[in-house]
Amino acid sequence: MSTSEEVLAASVLDPAETERLANESVVDTSVFGEDVVARARAIIARYPQPRSSLLPMLHLVQSVQGHVSQAGIAFCAAQLDLTAAEVSAVATFYTMYKRRPCGEHLVSICTNTLCAALGGDEIYRTVREHLGSDGKPLGHEETSGEPGAPGSITLEHAECLAACDLGPVLQVNYEFYDNQTPEKALELVKALQAGERPAPTRGAPLTDFRQAELQLAGFFEGREADLDGPSAAPETLRGASIAADRGWTAPSMPDEAEFPPVPEKK
Amino acid sequence: MDKVADTLTPVLTKRWLSPRSWTLKTYEQLEGYTALRKALAAHPDQIIAQCKDSGLRGRGGAGFPTGMKWGFIPQGDGKPHYLVINADEGEPGTCKDIPLMMADPHSLIEGIIITSYAIRANFAAIYVRGEVLHCIRRLNAAVQEAYAAGYLGKNVLGSGFDLDVVVHAGAGAYICGEETALLDSLEGKRGQPRLKPPFPATAGLYASPTVVNNVETIASVPYIVNGGSDWFRSMGRERSPGPKIYSLSGHVERPGQYEAPMGTTLRQLLELAGGMKDGIPLKFWTPGGSSTPLFTADHLDVPLDFEGAAEAGSMLGTTALQVFNETVSVPWAVMKWTEFYKHESCGKCTPCREGTYWLVQILQRMVRGEGTPSDIDTLLDVCDNILGRSFCALGDGAVSPITSGIKYFKDEFLALCEANAASNTAPALAGAAR
Repeated sequence: MSTSEEVLAASVLDPAETERLANESVVDTSVFGEDVVARARAIIARYPQPRSSLLPMLHLVQSVQGHVSQAGIAFCAAQLDLTAAEVSAVATFYTMYKRRPCGEHLVSICTNTLCAALGGDEIYRTVREHLGSDGKPLGHEETSGEPGAPGSITLEHAECLAACDLGPVLQVNYEFYDNQTPEKALELVKALQAGERPAPTRGAPLTDFRQAELQLAGFFEGREADLDGPSAAPETLRGASIAADRGWTAPSMPDEAEFPPVPEKK
Repeated sequence: MDKVADTLTPVLTKRWLSPRSWTLKTYEQLEGYTALRKALAAHPDQIIAQCKDSGLRGRGGAGFPTGMKWGFIPQGDGKPHYLVINADEGEPGTCKDIPLMMADPHSLIEGIIITSYAIRANFAAIYVRGEVLHCIRRLNAAVQEAYAAGYLGKNVLGSGFDLDVVVHAGAGAYICGEETALLDSLEGKRGQPRLKPPFPATAGLYASPTVVNNVETIASVPYIVNGGSDWFRSMGRERSPGPKIYSLSGHVERPGQYEAPMGTTLRQLLELAGGMKDGIPLKFWTPGGSSTPLFTADHLDVPLDFEGAAEAGSMLGTTALQVFNETVSVPWAVMKWTEFYKHESCGKCTPCREGTYWLVQILQRMVRGEGTPSDIDTLLDVCDNILGRSFCALGDGAVSPITSGIKYFKDEFLALCEANAASNTAPALAGAAR
């Protein structure tokens, strides 16, 4: 990368030294190819103001590298004309942006109060012991295996995942596995390690962490079949089903409901 | 009311039973987008007036009158207006919006179009929490279908009204469910609450007039347009009308989503859900997520609407009924919730950031059996210094489980400290080694 003439003119050092120092702080973002740049621009185009695209763009960065690296921060900063510090401040605020490379899969186990009381704590304990090594259980946001390699798993305990009627729940790459037990969770994790991809309870066939992040950035091309699956879990439908069985309904609507008149301006 | 409404009144949840309910085809077969056609033929102010008449109140927890919120948007001000949907469902126990968007995303989209037309917004964003990929997938597909069918984009159904909708995935921060933190997050910043005023109605997204509404609130709008305000008021209670999705979770036989008129009681809902799991008696429950003060078995007949829950000393919140039986320790549950608030405190306000940290330290040592009775006073003192002293409601919510837990179950906290009661009665600093 060449140093601008303005910088060379303003520097008290000789041009070669100035060039060296200026380029020392430049991060290599070549891992983000033209296709990624095109996607970043597509994200920006969705919003009235460019900076709104930062959160999806950080998801996009994770789809390339499996975490938000310094290069990822520099990439977003360059796309949005922000400083690295501004992007870093955002990336470090949100739980879903990982600072270290993630495994092929991210396993998130809800240990908030309700899931924990139903067995979530026990599930988390079982899985971290299984994934640990040398008698030491795997820690929060730690990875078993070489990050990104087949069968590698990053583990985290998660806060409430908004599926409390299906608890205890866990997620793999943000797909739901409902009504878990320590045994079921262990079986699932072992299958993931062996390169299998057991289907989520609701949701699409399992992919990997990076593919999930690409979709969170808003890119779903060629994945139309992913939409299938049940409309809802049986638990979700319990009220509606009871009502249907017993003939309970909301009061019937009038044939023609009128709008009130246009209010007079005060 | 002429006729007492049935025990369950599926409105928002009715279509969920249909096969492939998330598709435009199913939605249109079941009266979908009929309300939109009706609304586009009316004057926008008539829609706002109808929403006011219906008495619809925000379903995201605070219960603010929706029509009034829309009415706050200044008209003819020359600024762009925005509608932002708060789909950042994350309050512990709350699990109604995700299933709604998963099973019936078009009802939300139709509500968005009608609301945007009413408040004269040409851009709307659905801010949905990032951890629910399948839900995001279905929402995104529904938005694409709506564009293709002419319900979104330029000149919606030939009305001359333009609307763009974007599905925006968050990144795992509970605080972004707070409306001003959500707006900062949507602007690509750290999700930290803003000082109010100015309120979003005058300076919201990009400092322009903005309505922020919950998913269930906006999904209710097409039904109000089709049924009218009197129909909506034929369910529920005078000041809290309409149907509401009650989410039952925890130690009940059949947890799930039950849509019933506002004011339904836990006793009624428990009966439908087959009672307590394995017959083990009820000990405590939350009426609307962990930020709403706990209730006990004495509150089974409290009418669960905004007034009923408040009169009984709690809040309706998100009607997330987390039910716990006698096997669960209250101090343990309170500790777990406090760990959550500590993790999710955004760090902006000192009382919340520091207070939740110290509350966790004290509760953890109590649960370990290393607390003293004076720790209870310290807890209440710290709570007193958080409540009402932070920008947003996260701090207030964080103290709810603690103060209500101590109010109803003080003996349990004391029992944990019994062993140390005699040895050390002097008040100690939070976190001090014993």
